[in-house]
Amino acid sequence: MSLEALLFQGLNGLAQASTLFMVAAGLSLVFGVTRIVNLAHGSFMMLGLYAAWTLATSLGGALGFWGGIVVAALGVGLLGAVLEVAILRRLYRAPELFQLLSTFAILLVLNDLALFLWGPEDLLGPRAPGLSGAVTILDRRFPSYDLFLIAAGPLVLLALHLVVTRSRFGRLIRAATEDREMVGALGVNQALLFTAVFALAAALAGLGGALQLPRQPATLTLDLEVIADAFVVTVVGGMGSLPGAFLAAILIAEIKALCIAIGQVSVFGVALNLSKFTLVAEFVVMAVVLIVRPYGLLGRPPVHVREGGEPEAPLRPAGTPARIAAVAVLACLAALPLAATGSPYTLVLATDILIAVLFAASLHFIMGPAGLHSFGHAAYFGLGAYATAIAVTRLGLPMGPAMLIAPTAGGAGAALFGWFSVRLSGVYLAMLTLAFAQIVWSILYQWEGLTGGSNGIFGAWPAAPFDSRAGFYLLALGVTVAGLLALRTALFSPFGYAMRAGRDSPLRAEAIGIGVFRVHWLAFILAGVFAGLAGALFAFAKGSVSPEIASIAESVDGLAMVLLGGVHSLLGPIVGASVFTWLSDTVSRTTDYWRAALGGIILLIVLVQPGGIMGGVGALGRHLRRARP
Amino acid sequence: MSLLHVAGLTKHFGGVVALDGVGFTVEAGEVVALIGPNGAGKSTCFNLINGQLAPDAGGISFDGASIVGIGPRRLFRMGIGRTFQIAAVFQSMTVVENVQMALLSANREIFRFLRGVPRRRRGEALALLDRVGLAGEADRAARTLAYGDLKRLELAVALANRPRLLLMDEPAAGMAPQERADLVSLTRRVVDADGTAVLFTEHSMDVVFAFADRILVLAEGRLIAQGAPEAVRADPLVQAHYLGTTTDTEDGP
Repeated sequence: MSLEALLFQGLNGLAQASTLFMVAAGLSLVFGVTRIVNLAHGSFMMLGLYAAWTLATSLGGALGFWGGIVVAALGVGLLGAVLEVAILRRLYRAPELFQLLSTFAILLVLNDLALFLWGPEDLLGPRAPGLSGAVTILDRRFPSYDLFLIAAGPLVLLALHLVVTRSRFGRLIRAATEDREMVGALGVNQALLFTAVFALAAALAGLGGALQLPRQPATLTLDLEVIADAFVVTVVGGMGSLPGAFLAAILIAEIKALCIAIGQVSVFGVALNLSKFTLVAEFVVMAVVLIVRPYGLLGRPPVHVREGGEPEAPLRPAGTPARIAAVAVLACLAALPLAATGSPYTLVLATDILIAVLFAASLHFIMGPAGLHSFGHAAYFGLGAYATAIAVTRLGLPMGPAMLIAPTAGGAGAALFGWFSVRLSGVYLAMLTLAFAQIVWSILYQWEGLTGGSNGIFGAWPAAPFDSRAGFYLLALGVTVAGLLALRTALFSPFGYAMRAGRDSPLRAEAIGIGVFRVHWLAFILAGVFAGLAGALFAFAKGSVSPEIASIAESVDGLAMVLLGGVHSLLGPIVGASVFTWLSDTVSRTTDYWRAALGGIILLIVLVQPGGIMGGVGALGRHLRRARP
Repeated sequence: MSLLHVAGLTKHFGGVVALDGVGFTVEAGEVVALIGPNGAGKSTCFNLINGQLAPDAGGISFDGASIVGIGPRRLFRMGIGRTFQIAAVFQSMTVVENVQMALLSANREIFRFLRGVPRRRRGEALALLDRVGLAGEADRAARTLAYGDLKRLELAVALANRPRLLLMDEPAAGMAPQERADLVSLTRRVVDADGTAVLFTEHSMDVVFAFADRILVLAEGRLIAQGAPEAVRADPLVQAHYLGTTTDTEDGP
């Protein structure tokens, strides 16, 4: 391709970079001041675009368009302020994991709000009055509105820079970013400062969205798409750094534009369509940056963040009553096919629950005892499910070997990604695991030849005697119980204790000769093995696999299950996955707004019962014992 | 041959010389204090020996083998134990499990996946707890211990591998005077019984003079004096540099 075409695509990239920067700058500001990673930030951009569409189409004309953009940005800023006061303010002292989950819950609620207000159709806005033409650049027609956007990015950076360096508000922002306690101690109204910063950030995202009005349609998938991009940008640029965000926005937008511009290339004789790999490309950039510069291009290592929340009580082996209860529950579950002969759906749901339990238990294994908060655990579930489906349908393997391939695939993926991720902690670990999961998802989605692309793979049915509902249910029960026992045994073994030792005090663990990295890496691999096994069960249960099973939403479902049950209880993931799967099945069959309901449940756990169900049961037990005379 | 041999140890931070050609030895079974005013280079020196920092020049050898650039895990295997300024234990475990972990690691039994920790090396761990006077607290959660008891637990953990040298970073920091005296006499008893050598830094002069066989005095990155406590106390250079010129005298002799 010609140099001109390449430069032209470069200009396109710059126009995209401006919106990306505005969204990412807000994300970065909020993180810098409040230490909260706001997963709902992409929703502000989406709502800004929707609001601008409504104003531009209902009012019409230059006032409706340009005035609409300004009003949309201000409105979204106001919404941000309301959310900060109503929800986020209660979370500043909560553990990072809870903050991330709550903001994801807000994302779910806002998404259903947009569905309710604007419906499921894509909405494309009008052209910009006054800037609807095009100019000729490099012998090509380039929209003049895009030129305006290219200028808007640096202008916003300049304005933000002036606010941050010259005003009292900006001085407070910088002070809070440097040392939060100090600002509080100096008698600054911290609550007001946080609300203002959050509103500013939301307004910036809303502005970024509204400015896209003539360029892209408003859709309900924008929130997740944009937050993924904005994350990559903030993490690559360095959390809390505005110039870093600007630099990274340009870098990411240009890389995407170049992938599209270059298109088809041939690597070692294999034709690759690069334009399909835009998603993979940006996450690869992020992974590389995090590995080489763990705190981003212009970021600095975070000040030690105290991990809040209830500390874990020592593990106690199950007593005789608990063992008897477990055997009784198991007997009931084994007898379920006899009881459920009248309602075949019961067994389908029960099988789904068993698969979710094994998946949640594998995630809890690293989240609780090892303190590794993976935000991309669905990747290993997806790898297992796809490995099985491919083994059965493409390689023609029988069921047994196909099921054994799944844990191998899950474990191998976890070994590769874990080797990079386990070194990090907190937000950075969450983001890198998320990035790896997105890479897996994109590969599943885009490698059509092997994975069937967006359609997935059909026809992975179990063989006799597991080809009946009851037969497969019993298989799932056997595999899940065996998996749970294996994980539980490992947690009580020296290895499981070493996992907790590395989480409690890495310094002490190393000083008594425990290699924390090795232990946590192996734990991550084991978690991948069991997630892969759950994936194999899933593939056979449904007879098909599709890319959604490795998506962010699936990973977050896993987190919600573990937290719902209680992260510091070995029964937590079992109870949490059961309740969660049953609940989301019930809710999704009664309402279109199940995402909002799920978001509400998550917020309820985090704000009201952070110990989860098992935490609540434990507290109740202690209370009763104390109340006894 | 000395157990620990330090020679010409030098470390710069940017343009600042934190440590300038420091050399000393610690003999087997000897208790040595490393003292000096704030900024004298104590912590730097300590962190060079325990492997947290790498020296710009100079050598450190333990039992005749160089330990420069060796991480904490290898040092533990070679027989160097340590305690931290702020006691570091595993909060989610019981007291006895903390000691069991050190014993399991010392015997290379960490990568075992079947039999549970509660049934491994409990007797040995209880014996160690008995030595530091914590046998009665064995099955309590470590996070519920009083700070003084946490320090004792840390000592039991550090002794699990029968170290020949124990590095203690301000062992008495953050403790009340009576607790401090108890901990010092306990530590002295235990290390004397095992023949364990100790190198420690400390701000409290009562601890230094009650505990140490020999004292090393650092000032401005150089070793300005060393010797028996009485000799060091009387040294005019030490008095000029240290005892007379710092504000750090609330625990002074």
